[in-house]
Amino acid sequence: MLLGFVLILSIYLGLELISKVPSTLHTPLMSGANAISGIALVGALVLSQDGQLQTTLAFLAVFFASINVFGGYLVTNRMLKMFKKK
Amino acid sequence: MDFAIDIPTLQNITYIISSVLFITGIKMLGKESTAVKGNFLSAVAMFIAVGITCIGLVNPIVLFSGILLGAIIGSFIALKVKMTSIPEMVALFNGFGGLATFLIAWSEFNNGPDSFFQSALVMFTLAIGGITFTGSLIAYGKLSEKINIAKTSIITKIFTTIFYISLAFLLYSVFITPLLIPTFEFFTVLLVLVLLGGIGFVLPIGGGDMPVVISLLNSFSGIAAAFAGLLLFNNVLIVAGSLVGASGLILTVIMAKAMNRSISNILFVGYASSSPSSSSEEQGEINPISVSDAYLILENASSVLIVPGYGMAVAQAQHTVRELGELLEENGTDVKYGIHPVAGRMPGHMNVLLAEANVSYDVLAEPDDVNPTMDVVDVAVVIGANDVVNPSATEEPGSPIYGMPIIEVHNARTVFVLKRSMSSGFAGVQNPLFFKSNTRMLFGDAKESISGLVSEFKD
Repeated sequence: MLLGFVLILSIYLGLELISKVPSTLHTPLMSGANAISGIALVGALVLSQDGQLQTTLAFLAVFFASINVFGGYLVTNRMLKMFKKK
Repeated sequence: MDFAIDIPTLQNITYIISSVLFITGIKMLGKESTAVKGNFLSAVAMFIAVGITCIGLVNPIVLFSGILLGAIIGSFIALKVKMTSIPEMVALFNGFGGLATFLIAWSEFNNGPDSFFQSALVMFTLAIGGITFTGSLIAYGKLSEKINIAKTSIITKIFTTIFYISLAFLLYSVFITPLLIPTFEFFTVLLVLVLLGGIGFVLPIGGGDMPVVISLLNSFSGIAAAFAGLLLFNNVLIVAGSLVGASGLILTVIMAKAMNRSISNILFVGYASSSPSSSSEEQGEINPISVSDAYLILENASSVLIVPGYGMAVAQAQHTVRELGELLEENGTDVKYGIHPVAGRMPGHMNVLLAEANVSYDVLAEPDDVNPTMDVVDVAVVIGANDVVNPSATEEPGSPIYGMPIIEVHNARTVFVLKRSMSSGFAGVQNPLFFKSNTRMLFGDAKESISGLVSEFKD
């Protein structure tokens, strides 16, 4: 139940935080948020590994979440570096 | 008494710190001056959350090799990709995040969920993760133009049907199977169905609606991560996932508003079904113009508004456009760029392209900023944009795009429209702008036309 509480409050917080974004930042925000969704990596790391199938699933989950994390942050950073004021 | 701090407590404390950093990071990502720092903070948050989780791993060699391999491939793609293919890259990474949560849910199901709530959560996480994965792959294919299947084709219809079946089967699995003793492999069926369903979710959605789909899929991957957090009793997953879910939702709403359509209309109806009531086949005189005549007008203009659209992305004309902008400025002309939120194929697509070409972001203006002063603009140059400058949206109540906020270039003194041919835009609506008396059509490839103008300026 407590976790449900955390879920609702975080969604509400997120909606409040990001409500006004300049359109210049739409893509970086999307790509930065996308990198954050790679947090699934933390979940993938604690999966049980009893047996061949479970170990394979854990490995694949870790692998794909890592692509998301590293790729996401680097692309966002590259993109943000291009935005500059003259 | 045991004074040693146990590992779970230490991890939970670190997760709190990490959550705070994520929140601060995403907040800073929403402002131009702090965005780079915000992204860095959220990367730090990710790093410490992952780092503390690595204490006491069951099978570290397998997992570390997974991280290493993912890091190498992810970094390679991210550093190699051309800036123009950012939309499809974001879609691809997003899909991998969805796939990870899909696999997490699968693994949790194999552990045997011990309550109705747990098993319901497993299936919802599986469904959202799976739909995000294959949906993003289709979005990737559409954006990189590897997949080109018409909305009306039989393949699209089959997959759309599977999408609805997968939703029905999901509800069946969640609510009915716990009451029965499952006599068949319903979970295996669900695994396959949600993956196929994701294809059917995105396949019928057209290119111009892609900004909405991409933001929505982005939101889904966050929600899936948050659900996985509920499943694994992990707070940082819930907080970070919810933030992504919320930011994706906000972007989705912004995009839908910019098209004046509801989200469900975009996802499930599309433009095709809005009846072709165009009795107002507004045909009229088209005024073509040559590059050298266009140059003469531009040279004497004191203010110019450039309005790019997807056509600029296709023609890869952003660098040439920037060059033209600079030459105009040297000539004493006030140059601004009018950027419509849904121009292009993802949120902020035009901003990224122009930033790549080194256009300063303070000359990029939103429709609300340029519309009130449109009547003092000497020349509005429309480059490969169509629906976002279609005056029907303000003048013709019967039009399918009526009510959509547009950049009102038709109020400028002169409008140049750079266009390949007279075909209509994504919405399939004829554009009366082309027939206005102040409009001049500059036919041909956008990049060639602009290079033509650039060389005229240089001579």
